[in-house]
Amino acid sequence: MEKNYLNWKKGLLSWLLTRDHKRIGLLYMITVFSFFFVGGVFALLLRLELFKVGETIMNSAFYNQIMTYHGAVMIFMVIIPGIPAFLGNFVLPLQIGAKDVAFPKINLLSWYCLIVGAGVTLLSLFLGGVDTGWTFYTPYSIETNTAVIPVVLGVFIMGFSSILTGLNFIVTIHRLRCPGMTFFRMPLFVWSLYSTAIIQVLATPVLAITLLLLVGERILDIGIFNSEKGGDPILFQHFFWFYSHPAVYIMILPAMGVISELISAFSRQKIFGYKAVVFASLGIAGVSFFVWGHHMFVSGQSEWAGIVFSFLTMLVGVPTAVKIFNWVATLFKGSLKFDTPFLYALGFLFLFLIGGVTGIMLAVLPFDVHVHDTYFVVAHFHYVMVGGTIMGIMGGFYYWFPKMFGRLYNELLGQVSFVFIFIGFNVTFFPQFILGMSGMPRRYADYISPYEPLNQVSTVGSWLIASGFVVAFFALIWAMFKGKKSSANPWGAKTLEWQTSSPPPHENFLKRPVVSKDAYE
Amino acid sequence: MSKNHSISFKIYLTVLVILLILTVITVGVAQVDFGMFNAFFAMLIATVKAGLVLMYFMHLKYDEKLYWLIFGSAVFFVVLLYFFSELDIVTRVIQNSVL
Ligand SMILES: [Cu+2]
Repeated sequence: MEKNYLNWKKGLLSWLLTRDHKRIGLLYMITVFSFFFVGGVFALLLRLELFKVGETIMNSAFYNQIMTYHGAVMIFMVIIPGIPAFLGNFVLPLQIGAKDVAFPKINLLSWYCLIVGAGVTLLSLFLGGVDTGWTFYTPYSIETNTAVIPVVLGVFIMGFSSILTGLNFIVTIHRLRCPGMTFFRMPLFVWSLYSTAIIQVLATPVLAITLLLLVGERILDIGIFNSEKGGDPILFQHFFWFYSHPAVYIMILPAMGVISELISAFSRQKIFGYKAVVFASLGIAGVSFFVWGHHMFVSGQSEWAGIVFSFLTMLVGVPTAVKIFNWVATLFKGSLKFDTPFLYALGFLFLFLIGGVTGIMLAVLPFDVHVHDTYFVVAHFHYVMVGGTIMGIMGGFYYWFPKMFGRLYNELLGQVSFVFIFIGFNVTFFPQFILGMSGMPRRYADYISPYEPLNQVSTVGSWLIASGFVVAFFALIWAMFKGKKSSANPWGAKTLEWQTSSPPPHENFLKRPVVSKDAYE
Repeated sequence: MSKNHSISFKIYLTVLVILLILTVITVGVAQVDFGMFNAFFAMLIATVKAGLVLMYFMHLKYDEKLYWLIFGSAVFFVVLLYFFSELDIVTRVIQNSVL
């Protein structure tokens, strides 16, 4: 049998101690999808409780915990590492013609940081759990006697995973491009990872310090977030969102990069306005640091700060719209192939557009005051994060699946699972816009009876999503081991990773590639 | 740019003495009440001290310009965080005193 990265060494240790970016990518794949399963089960439980008015399967204290873990698991363990650490690790060096990332051992270390951090966070489940919500707002996070400290320390450790991955990618992109691969010949996925890495390196340390201050507040009572001691609880929100708003773009920028690849590959066109998309990525990364106060319009933040943040937030719409228009222009007159990855790309365009436009609505200060803390916000950010990031992860996974495993997945099952996920998603979350507009507050285990019908629709939708993922899971596991063998370039795509065999050899290319044309030509 | 630049013992000693003097000044300033500018003076002195440590003890003064860019970007983000948080806090004080 031909030697490739999957079979060139055998045994569990050869995986756990690997420094091969492709194997580390697959380690992340297993990790991220496992946590996705955990977070998904929490979500199903929440929706089940909300199926009927009144207490049904859990009491409200337990509901608060499940809600917290659903958020924390999905954010910190799934969608933040999802695309950069899983797909990015696998694809980035291949796309720039490198043998590996710049610091392979640090790459492995970052995976262990994620595992240890996630372990510490989930350990808290056995220490009584935590019920603060994934944002750990003071003063409640200081006063509650639930297990805030292990959760926060776990997130702190996972932050290092993110920082190290970002650092690794920046250095890799600067130093390891193959001959002829100039910056403006790099695939857009690489550019999106570069923009993401900047945010990971610059913003994540602020989250780390904030969480340490919170621990200090709980243990030593230092008073920085305590108004009785001259501190300010709202300061916690400033610090927290200084990271956590840019973190939204850690989630969404790489997904946009995936979408660029998919749209180009499945319309058989080069990306319309390549440079505009590049600068839009960098622009989004830049603007993302100036808008965090839009999470705090009704927190007690001054009205003047609110006005400034409201205005700045709308600027995000500009580079985002540039991208959407460029993708649509790329599709124009293309010969479209509706394979599963492309369906996810279209899903992204529809859902992310709704998520983005409702985001602009929420940026409008007086409107936000009205719907703040209602299901409108919940629907909005699920359209962004599921409609954006999860569509990106799934689309990218199907797209690079033949490259990863050298096998083809079953197209029909891929399409069927997409239809379930896409329709299920809309059935789950669209009613939540309406519920939010009619005033249903978020985060509660219960609601008044007029909200019941739409909540039942929403819960049924969650079952459709789950069915879609179950189909996708079994179809992909089967394809990994028994699928038809794939050629090197089953999609006829132009970027460099398709030039090497599927799966690639241990050091990616048998002969060092030399590039003499643009990414999508 | 030579890799094996060595900074003379005299410079190290001078920097150390300045740092110690600044520490004494910090304690001194803390005895006077400047109202809402208390934090400002404390931060100002601390920034000068951190700057000295970076320049001399951590060799930033003698290193490549790229390190300046990286360090500068970190400073920029601290300023950014500080600026907007302060924008909120200061205008909150004004807003509450007007109302
Ligand atoms: Cu935000």
